[in-house]
Amino acid sequence: MTDPTRTVSPIDEAIATGIRPDIEAANEEDFEVSLKPLSQWQLAWRRFRRHRLALVGSVIVFIMIFLAVLGPVIWPYDRLDLRPITRPGGSPPSATAVFGTDNLGRSIFELVVNGARLSVAVGLVTMVIATSIGVTVGALAGFFGGRVDSLLMRLVDLIIALPFLFIVLVAATFFGQGDPRLLMIIFGLLSWPGLARLVRALFLSLREQEYVLAAKAVGVGNFRITFRHMLPNALGPIIVSATLIVANAIVLEAFVSFLNFGIRATDVTWGTALSNAQGYLVLGNWWWAFFPGMAIALMVIGINFMGDGLRDAFDPRARA
Amino acid sequence: MVEQPRPPQGDPDLLLDVRDLRTYFHVMDGVVKAVDGIDFSIKRGKTLGIVGESGCGKSVTSLSIMRLLDMPPAENPTGEIWFAGRDLLSLSDHEMRKVRGSDIAMIFQEPMTSLNPVFTVGDQISEAVMQHLDVSGREARDKAIESLRVVGINNPERRVKQYPHELSGGMRQRVMIAMALSCDPKLLIADEPTTALDVTIQAQILELMRKVQDDFDMTLMLITHDLGVVAETVDDVVVMYGGRVVEQGPVDDVLLRPKHPYTEGLLASIPSNGRRGERLNVIKGTVPNPFNMPTGCNFTPRCPFRFEPCPNHDPRVDDPGGPPVACWLWKPAPGTSGPAPRVREGASTASGTQTASGEA
Repeated sequence: MTDPTRTVSPIDEAIATGIRPDIEAANEEDFEVSLKPLSQWQLAWRRFRRHRLALVGSVIVFIMIFLAVLGPVIWPYDRLDLRPITRPGGSPPSATAVFGTDNLGRSIFELVVNGARLSVAVGLVTMVIATSIGVTVGALAGFFGGRVDSLLMRLVDLIIALPFLFIVLVAATFFGQGDPRLLMIIFGLLSWPGLARLVRALFLSLREQEYVLAAKAVGVGNFRITFRHMLPNALGPIIVSATLIVANAIVLEAFVSFLNFGIRATDVTWGTALSNAQGYLVLGNWWWAFFPGMAIALMVIGINFMGDGLRDAFDPRARA
Repeated sequence: MVEQPRPPQGDPDLLLDVRDLRTYFHVMDGVVKAVDGIDFSIKRGKTLGIVGESGCGKSVTSLSIMRLLDMPPAENPTGEIWFAGRDLLSLSDHEMRKVRGSDIAMIFQEPMTSLNPVFTVGDQISEAVMQHLDVSGREARDKAIESLRVVGINNPERRVKQYPHELSGGMRQRVMIAMALSCDPKLLIADEPTTALDVTIQAQILELMRKVQDDFDMTLMLITHDLGVVAETVDDVVVMYGGRVVEQGPVDDVLLRPKHPYTEGLLASIPSNGRRGERLNVIKGTVPNPFNMPTGCNFTPRCPFRFEPCPNHDPRVDDPGGPPVACWLWKPAPGTSGPAPRVREGASTASGTQTASGEA
C-alpha cells in the first residue's frame, strides 16, 4: 500500500544521508548515573550465588555428573578384576578397596563410579523428554485456551490417571527386558503431565501481560509470541521443575531396579547395585548397599538444594 | 450521527472511517455492549481525540480497530472500519497481521509492562521492523537506533542494548513510540499514553508526539480521559459515554461551546483556581451498569435537562445538517414538530453562543 503523497520516513532519511535529525534530548538523561548493564540471566546468577546451600548442592551435582561422564574412563569397571575376599560376601572397606568389595571381590568404588553414568543418564534423559513434551503441551494449552486447552488437558488427565508404577514395572520387564533406554522413555512419557499443568498455569497468566498485547499489535504471529516472547519469561519455574524431575527419575530408577523390574541386573547402575547387595545385608555386609545408597541420597539432596537456589534466582522480586 | 452521506468505499481524504462499530462481550452475567454503534472519522494528517470516563468504551474501540480482542468473550465487531480503502473488519487474520505495526501502530498506557523484560530494547524494535520489512538483522538494528534517536533518546547506540528495567518510565514510553514508528505507519493509535507518567514527562511525550506527527506525516488517534491533554493536542474530538458517541467535532467547538449535557458536565467539573473554595461540580449519579443500560438516550438518568423523549428514543438518528450531538435538545424529537429546544431558543450555552443549525 504505497502512497506517493507521503514523504520519506525521517528514519530512512537519516540512515540514507547520515545526517542526524535535530532533536531535543530527553531531560532525564542529564542526571543519569552510568551503570554496567546486566541481563536478566546475570541478575539471576547473582541471586543464586547468595544461597550457600544451593552452591553446595551444585557442587555435589557437578561432581556426580563428572563421575558419570569421566568416571568409567578413569576407573573402569572390570568384572574380572577380583580382589581378595576376606569375609563371606565380600571384603569391608580397606586400603585396597575403599568402599569394600562385592561377593566376588569387585571394587564397590568402581561400581558406584560406573553406576553413576547410567543412573544420571536416566535422570537427564527423562528430564529432557518430559520437559520437551510438557512445555510444548502446557504452552499451547495455556496460550490458545478454548478447545485446544480442553483437549490437551484431557490428555494430561488420562496419563495422570494411569497407574504409573504398574506400567513401569510391567513395561520395562516384559517389553524391554530391562533395557535402560526403554525405561528412560517410559519415565519421560509418564512425567510430563505434571510439568504441562504447571506450564499451562504460567502461560495463562503470562497471556495477560501487556507486552504480549504489544507484540500482537506489532503483527507478531501466535507461535512466535508463545515460544519466543512468553517462554523465556516462564523459564524460572520450568527449570526448577526440570531439576526435580531429574531427582525423581534417579530415585525411581533405583527403586524399580532394586525390585528387579527396572534395568537388568547385569547393567551397572546404583539401583542394580542395591538389588544385588540386598541379599548380603543379612550377613552384615553393609558397604555394598551403603555406598550406592549414599550416592543416590547425595545426588538427590544436591539436586534439591540446587533447585531451591534456582527458584530464588529466578524470582525477580528477590534481591540480586 | 452522519451528516453527509459517505461514499461507500470511504472518502479518500479520510484515513480512518468507522461506521456503526459494535463490539459486544458475552459473559456469564449477560451481554456487555462495550461499543454500541459508533461513527467517527479521521482526516489524513489530523489528530483525533477520543475522550470519556473509564469504562465508556474508548479502549475497546481502539482494540476493535486493531482487532486485538480475545474472541471468546468478545464477538467479532460488526460495522465497517474503512482504512485506506479497505474494510478492516473484512480482512483475514493473516492480512490483519500485516496491517498491524506497519499501517496502523498502537502504543499502550503502561510503558512499564509493555516491553518484554527478557529482551533488549533494540531486539524488540528490530523484531517489529523485521516482521514487516524485508531487511537484514543489521539494517533492522540500524533502524532501531535511528528510531530511538528520533524519539529523543540520547546515545541510542548504547541504549539499544539495554533492558527495559534499566530505563525510566518516560524513556520506556519513548521506546514504545519508537517501536510504533519504526515501520512508518500511517495511523498511530495512542491509548492513554501519558496517564502513567508524571506531568513533566507527560508534557515532553505530548510534545514528542506532535513533532513526530509532523515529521512522519502521520495521523494520530489519541485516547484519553484528560481534557487538558485533549485541549492541547488534538484537532477534533469524539466524546464517548456508555459505549456511544455523544458529541463530536473540532476541538474548539466541543470544548468551548459544548452542546451535550454530558460534555457540559465534564467541563464544569474541572477544578479551576479561580473558583477556589467553592464546591466541586459533579455529574449526578454514576456510570450505569453495563448489563443494564438505560433505554433511549443512555445518559438520561443523570441528565439535568432530560425531558419527555429522552428515555424513549435513542437520539442517534440521522439529522442531515444538524449539529453532531446525540441529544434531543438539539434534534427534533419524533412526534414533535418544529426545531429542537436549544436550536429553537438560539440560546447561549453555559460557555458561549451557539451557532445556528447547519454547522456540521
